Amino acid sequence: MAAQPTIDTQRLDAVLGAFEPGDGSALIEALHDVQSEFKYLPEEALDRLADRLGVSKSRVYGVASFYEGFHLEPRGEHICTVCMGTACHVRGAPRLLEHLEREIGIASGQTSEDLTFTLEEVACVGACALGPLVIIDGKYHGNTTTSHLTKVVGKLKKD
Amino acid sequence: MARLQSTQQLRQLKERIVAEKPADRRAIAVCAGTGCKAFGSFELVEAFRAELEKQGLDKEVELRPTGCHGFCERGPLVLLFPEGRLYQRVKTDDVPEIVEKTIKGGEVIERLLYEEPGTGKKFEKEEDIPFYKHQHRLVLRSNGLINPSSIEDYIAIGGYEALGRAFEMGPDAVLGEVKGANLRGRGGGGFPAGTKWELCKKQPGDLKYIICNADEGDPGAFMDRSIVEGNPHAVIEGMVIGAFTMGAREGYVYIRQEYPLALERLNKALDEARQRGLLGEDILGSGFGFDIKVNRGGGAFVCGEESALIRSIEGRRGVPRRRPPYPAQKGLWGKPTNINNVETWATVPLIVAKGAKWFTGIGTEKSKGTKIFSLVGKVNNTGLVEIPMGMSLREIVYDIGGGIPGGKKFKAVQTGGPSGGCLPASKLDLSVDFDTLIAEGAMMGSGGMIVMDESTCMVDLAKYFVQFLRSESCGNCTSCRDGLDWMHSLLQQVCAGEGTMELLDQIEQIAETVRVSSLCALGSTAANPVLSTIKHFRDEYEAHVEQGRCPAKVCKSLITYTIDADKCTGCLVCAKRCPESTIEGEKKKPHRIIQDGCIKCGVCLDVCKFDAVHVE
Repeated sequence: MAAQPTIDTQRLDAVLGAFEPGDGSALIEALHDVQSEFKYLPEEALDRLADRLGVSKSRVYGVASFYEGFHLEPRGEHICTVCMGTACHVRGAPRLLEHLEREIGIASGQTSEDLTFTLEEVACVGACALGPLVIIDGKYHGNTTTSHLTKVVGKLKKD
Repeated sequence: MARLQSTQQLRQLKERIVAEKPADRRAIAVCAGTGCKAFGSFELVEAFRAELEKQGLDKEVELRPTGCHGFCERGPLVLLFPEGRLYQRVKTDDVPEIVEKTIKGGEVIERLLYEEPGTGKKFEKEEDIPFYKHQHRLVLRSNGLINPSSIEDYIAIGGYEALGRAFEMGPDAVLGEVKGANLRGRGGGGFPAGTKWELCKKQPGDLKYIICNADEGDPGAFMDRSIVEGNPHAVIEGMVIGAFTMGAREGYVYIRQEYPLALERLNKALDEARQRGLLGEDILGSGFGFDIKVNRGGGAFVCGEESALIRSIEGRRGVPRRRPPYPAQKGLWGKPTNINNVETWATVPLIVAKGAKWFTGIGTEKSKGTKIFSLVGKVNNTGLVEIPMGMSLREIVYDIGGGIPGGKKFKAVQTGGPSGGCLPASKLDLSVDFDTLIAEGAMMGSGGMIVMDESTCMVDLAKYFVQFLRSESCGNCTSCRDGLDWMHSLLQQVCAGEGTMELLDQIEQIAETVRVSSLCALGSTAANPVLSTIKHFRDEYEAHVEQGRCPAKVCKSLITYTIDADKCTGCLVCAKRCPESTIEGEKKKPHRIIQDGCIKCGVCLDVCKFDAVHVE
């Protein structure tokens, strides 16, 4: 694991300030907010969050690692999410995922070393009628093909 | 926005809104659900806004972004009122023409109408299109009519009147209606909501909670997303009625974080409901107070299970616990708690408004009302459909869904998500209701309905579900955690054409163990997709193991890609795009795939314009 960059504590304080001190029930909501701010959950932020909400660090880590939606490592500038729902699966999602692994050069679930790309799977985003679907930087690419993905990823690589 | 102090004020507000916006007013409703948004419907709304302003029609014609209309396949959808005319696959370039010709001139633009595949027949009105015609839309009906971000729109169609009625009836009478309607939980289990409500209602103590389960985790399902996106007030109204009936003062909506649009619209709706005095203290002057908090899920399938969901709201790992005590007795923070899913809550106002008798007039003897399904996969008209309980699978797949695309053969329909099962063609005439589906080894589930054709491998599909559940297992029960892992590795062997038929017996044995010895429904139903595919598609398993053949041509270890020399024009496109450079050949001469290096990625098949790449 690469050393994590130091974080802006002012930004962190602003996020944590919205939660009542000692309110352990807000843990998951707080993790969501910290993650929206930093795109992942920096270790330092988790320590401070544990103090603020009055819960143990082990519980914070336990919860953060239990849920798929939380990321404990820094994430790439561009995030490619392949929907692996049943409807997408029967319309060829696994092949799209493999294709992106080759195009970007990282395995599913990984982030490139230069932090340019993160490639990940999601269980289902409920846009089943558009399958197979890949979300790239928040934009939904429905009924997509390997050729289309090559173009989109190629453009991001150049930028 | 003034608070409403009584049901009379609610009625007056409704009258005022309806007077300002009569039903025969010209309006353009653009679907702004997640599906149409992906096709660019937000840009379409802006284009209409600009064009209407340019033409000086912005006062006269109402522009209304709405929730999902269901026919996602044909998005973006534009519905024109008062005629009910539907334009499909509309692009921003079409906007000036629509305003000029249709809005101003009343002329129909043929090119934008829905055309039935096969017959070429065109349909002008939404209600005449077979996809809509065979449906019975109760819960989804308002989705195309109202702007989900406007509480006025909801009030205009009679919104919150059921709540007013509930206050007049009193808690016991409301419970009587819900029980009398035999409303069964739409989230999967089909447990009678009235029974659950009654158990929670009779618990002693002042502190009770109600929860809306919007953690729609089944892959291939998006009914709840579309309800929350399209008609969030129906869910809120249902919850307030439930809270009043059971005596709860606080409620939660536990919603997937993967649904950003639904979350945004829900929060907006909650704010407006509070401003109007439909949430908070002394709702509609009734003396009853109730409010709703929103909790975002963390992306764990198991949190759809109620005891896991409760732990997640408490800020803990979503690990299910043993029941009883049921949440109705001991739920959130140890207090009596009632949980229903989005669709169930959204159905409640309809029952209270129209009565149990009306509701029980729809559906079968034991499954009343309608159910929403996401009809997806290998079917022509993919989208969201609402049908009366008891309709046959055949009617859903063929009459509403328009059959299988590309002239391929229907193979199976999968219902109930990872807990459900696959039903083959011989079961197409089954009635779709809670009990029939369970008797056939599938289940209603929350409403995912995935259609599969001859190019879907049933062994691969079983492996897919086991893989899904394996990664979503919370790890608490050894049988589920390790059993699924073991089943997955055995299914991998089948997909690779290895092993003997004894593998199947072994898989069935493990499946049975996982079923009987897991604590929650995730584990106890985990074997369904495997057992139902072995039962109905045993020949496919046999082909893999005994003949080393994947009939659907999906399992990589058992297929080869070849190039048909007669069809290949030697254009070099596949050779250039092959990631392993294993296609050789000169320009204008047939190419050849070097099998040794082929990773079977299928890129050559995708890029070939001459249908020259074959899979054997």
